[in-house]
Amino acid sequence: MIEVQHITKHYGRVTAVDDVSFRVERGEILGFLGPNGAGKTTTMRILTGYMPPSEGRAVVAGYDVFTHPIEAKRRTGYLPETPPLYPEMTAREYLDFVAKIKAVPASERKARVDAVMERTRISDMANRHCGKLSKGYRQRVGLAQALIHNPDVLILDEPTAGLDPKQIIETRDLIRSLAGDHTIVLSTHILPEVAQTCQRVVIINKGRVVAVDTPENLTARLKGAATLYIQVDAPGADAGAALAAVRGVTRVTSADQPRAPLGPDAVPPVSSGPLAFEVESEPDVDIRRDLARIVVTRGWGLLELRPVRMSLEDVFLQVTTEEVPEEAPRA
Amino acid sequence: MRNVLAIAEKELRSYFASPIAYILIGLFSLLFGWFFYVYLMAFVQQSEQMMQMGGGGGANVNQMMVRGLFQNTAVIILFVMPMITMRTYSEEKRSGTIELLLTSPVTDLEIIIGKFIGALGLYAAMLLVTMLYILILFKIGNPEWRPIGAGYLGLLLMGGCFLSTGLFISSLTKNQIVAGFLTFATFLMLWIINWLGESSSPTTREVLNYLSITEHFDDFARGIIDTKHVVYYLSFILFGLFLTAKSVDSERWRG
Repeated sequence: MIEVQHITKHYGRVTAVDDVSFRVERGEILGFLGPNGAGKTTTMRILTGYMPPSEGRAVVAGYDVFTHPIEAKRRTGYLPETPPLYPEMTAREYLDFVAKIKAVPASERKARVDAVMERTRISDMANRHCGKLSKGYRQRVGLAQALIHNPDVLILDEPTAGLDPKQIIETRDLIRSLAGDHTIVLSTHILPEVAQTCQRVVIINKGRVVAVDTPENLTARLKGAATLYIQVDAPGADAGAALAAVRGVTRVTSADQPRAPLGPDAVPPVSSGPLAFEVESEPDVDIRRDLARIVVTRGWGLLELRPVRMSLEDVFLQVTTEEVPEEAPRA
Repeated sequence: MRNVLAIAEKELRSYFASPIAYILIGLFSLLFGWFFYVYLMAFVQQSEQMMQMGGGGGANVNQMMVRGLFQNTAVIILFVMPMITMRTYSEEKRSGTIELLLTSPVTDLEIIIGKFIGALGLYAAMLLVTMLYILILFKIGNPEWRPIGAGYLGLLLMGGCFLSTGLFISSLTKNQIVAGFLTFATFLMLWIINWLGESSSPTTREVLNYLSITEHFDDFARGIIDTKHVVYYLSFILFGLFLTAKSVDSERWRG
């Protein structure tokens, strides 16, 4: 339904999007995940025909957005980051205007406006001026606007930004209910949102795609049993270094102080009481026995040893920081 | 065409939903009324003098009053027009609604022409209100309507030039104030460009006179429709719209 091929976009000397390619199948919800400034909005603007790419091409619903913009736009609904409302129009007038410029036939216009207002639950605000609506309602009018011509493809730029928790849940339910009839691309930097709504995720950072997969696979692929959480009752000093010396271990992180990598020669925090570590190993190497052995031979107490499943957030952080190691956060 | 009308209607609606339209129409007709009164009084005095000197009914309303009135109206337009066009593109860019227009299945040209027609509609409404004064003239006197019609046509064409220029300038910036002031400065330049000609060679003077937007209005004020001037104004309008199209397109590429 959507095919993005090697899209690159330069703003002057800045490269906002760098050789991005992905596909979205009919009826799928694709999440576009990345930190602010990663190129999400730029990619979406290219998909919607708001701006042409510097290189590459995008095909939406079978039409190249650059060579056949009108045909592609007719089949695309777009909710930009800020809902594009005219403050002096009422919600109904606004949707009526959008229906006109989105080529909804005059005979169906009223019915369509009513239908999308029903669907996005804004009927009670139909005669309120858009400028006087609350943030939540604005967002919903924006969504109604994107749906008005019943497009094949929906492109939603941070559809839940600025909503309260109840509205967020409602909006996510609405988006999920739209899948199937519509192919949806939504961007977000809220990670649980992707896990809850999307069937596939594209993680983008600094304009590059760093991973494309289902949320489950991403979580499993990147972590799974490869990281172990271990809590030991040790005198301190060399515990971290001792664990790091085990064959197959790639990194030992103190779990008391999140994300402070301890090299073999680093001085670990001196504390009485149990110490917690996250131990990362090479893939396909089971280090649990070796870890247990070293703890026991040193005479420490092994309090806890379990595999860590990363949350999508950790996956995201890891993927994006691994891509640019020189900027890895140091706590 | 349907898209053009939808956008024109939206533009007009937004003018009339905000105070802009009412303030513009009100102030414009007030100023027009002021000039109308001043010229009417001057005309009454003159024709009385002519009567006393035995000239007898030779006073021509069209020549002596309406012409001056139109020329002054052209000056008011210079001040008023930037206020119509300054927000057309800037406001859409600032509020992000431009994203809606540019991602809808409408062409840039349809948007531009729609916006132009919308602005022209408001301007036409302003001119329509001033016709009430002219009606008074028909009530108490006996002016010829054809020269007056020509004058209004001239005002409409000249206003169209200002609107297309203003539209172009508004498409360059997000800031309404910048757009408004630049538009005003540009109009003023177009207005006085021929003053330079007075001290220069005949050829330069000819060229500058031709470029001056007011120079072409004189004949209309006099009640003459000369195709030369009509062509000038129409090509001016088209050029302004063309520049707007280029500006919108280049904005798209620059992002």
